[in-house]
Amino acid sequence: MANKIIEVKNLNYRYMDNGPLCVNNINLEVEEGDFIGIIGQNGAGKSTLMKALTGLLRPSEGQIFINGEDIADIPVSVISNTLGYVLQNPDRQLFAETVREELAFGPTNQGVSEEEIEKRTDYILESVGILHLADEYPPALSKGDRAKVVIGSVMAMEPKIIILDEPTGGQDYIGRYQIMDIAKKFREKGHTVVVVTHAMSLVAEYCNRIVVLCNGEILMQGTSREVFSQPEKLQQTFIRPPQITELANAMKEELHIEETLLCVEEMGDKVLEHIEA
Amino acid sequence: MGTIIEAKEFSYCYPRRDNQVLKDLNFSIEEGEFIAIMGRNGAGKSTLCQALDGVIPHLHGGTVWGDIIVDGLNTQEVEVADMAQKIGIVLEDPEAQLFTTRVDDEMAFGIENLCLPREEIIKRIAWATKVVRLEGYSDREPTALSGGQKQRCAIAATLAMKPKIMVLDEPTSQLDPIGTYEVFDVIKSLKEEYGMTILITTHKSEHIAQYADRIMVMEEGKIVAFDTPQVIFRDARLLSHVAVRPPQVSSLAGYLNSNGQNIKREDFPILVEEAEEMIRSLMGGKKDGQ
Repeated sequence: MANKIIEVKNLNYRYMDNGPLCVNNINLEVEEGDFIGIIGQNGAGKSTLMKALTGLLRPSEGQIFINGEDIADIPVSVISNTLGYVLQNPDRQLFAETVREELAFGPTNQGVSEEEIEKRTDYILESVGILHLADEYPPALSKGDRAKVVIGSVMAMEPKIIILDEPTGGQDYIGRYQIMDIAKKFREKGHTVVVVTHAMSLVAEYCNRIVVLCNGEILMQGTSREVFSQPEKLQQTFIRPPQITELANAMKEELHIEETLLCVEEMGDKVLEHIEA
Repeated sequence: MGTIIEAKEFSYCYPRRDNQVLKDLNFSIEEGEFIAIMGRNGAGKSTLCQALDGVIPHLHGGTVWGDIIVDGLNTQEVEVADMAQKIGIVLEDPEAQLFTTRVDDEMAFGIENLCLPREEIIKRIAWATKVVRLEGYSDREPTALSGGQKQRCAIAATLAMKPKIMVLDEPTSQLDPIGTYEVFDVIKSLKEEYGMTILITTHKSEHIAQYADRIMVMEEGKIVAFDTPQVIFRDARLLSHVAVRPPQVSSLAGYLNSNGQNIKREDFPILVEEAEEMIRSLMGGKKDGQ
């Protein structure tokens, strides 16, 4: 069995003493190498949960173990060596003069040797697709490129886990896929990816497991097919499955569809089967 | 109903740059239309939004060619503050327009400046709050809201002013799927009840398909297409050229055609219900078990 890289036990979080619980009794296990999608309505507690994992917010009650260690007494700067966090608004974490310096900032602070930093930044510039921007001023880049730089700068620290908080909001179609492909590549190198998003078709396509939050609690979790096969339940947390899944659900009986369909090709093949029959 | 926005040979270049980011725009929008502006990041969508309320060129500077006439006023001749009473704009980054310490105050700010009576202000805040589902958050600090809640708050603050035209720059980029439909529903009702003219930039093809009267497609500062969603979303070649994803059900029709079917372009669906019809007619109208 794979290593439990994140373990959350009975986690509660309230922003104000005696205030409402924004994260309510969450128990969660993430295995090393997972590509987890966190979905749920605005205000469901997604970003709060993520900030608790990074140590930026400390639990009101409960425990969080990252790579087997209880993080209660570990400073954020140390946690960030294991768990990298890309904020919802990437512009909040850009500050260097050039893209290359931006990528080097994290590992420099980790005390990584200069040769190793150069090796890492070269690799990331290449693999994230921003080599041609190496000497550019980050704030002047396009939205899609700024997001790639920020993700790259976190990846440069080689954290075991990377959290992406709504990385594709406001990105165009091509940008969205490029960003998810970067995450996928990072996962293929053995890292764990946690992505918070409202883009259901991307979750369906990329994540091996989905956690659905609703009012601070876990409403359900499972594979994309398991989760999207329950549209009524998802409605509680203001989620609608991808359009193609809705179509397949609507025509379930006519087309004898038993499983939950997630992409255009799956639905297309089903329709073709019926026309040919 | 007449023309409410008209652009005539309008081009724009940011200060200290030598390339035009808006190029020779010519279009007109009728009062009460719901227009979606689509295209890849960097196509000029946000710049166009800012040109409509006069922020470009009054606040940004730069060079302008041609004219934009909004409700009879030339944006280059009228102050932004005067234009703000006709056009309400919701910015792409909600954090850039939230500045008070309470959600209620945020919503009150614009309408207070319209010098409306107190009762009317209170009524409008209550209405706008309900519309964006922020009940119970009146006393919260806007900066402490979640990303999507901030976006709702910014929309409500503009809504409360009930402008004739509302320009929303990616107002749902951080909203959950149903929240996105809700915001679009609200915007549609503004159009229907108040005859409000709506311009909205978005990447969410599937959501906008059922709402927009027309879609303006931009690429490298130019308008490359401006037509109904039915016409735009059926044009796979155009969409892939401008990095706009067609609704999944339109892609489904394309997939079926590339596998031997012969669905006419004008019959490509954009909504789930239309896709059901299409599949039934492909199956020769036969129903389950018949």
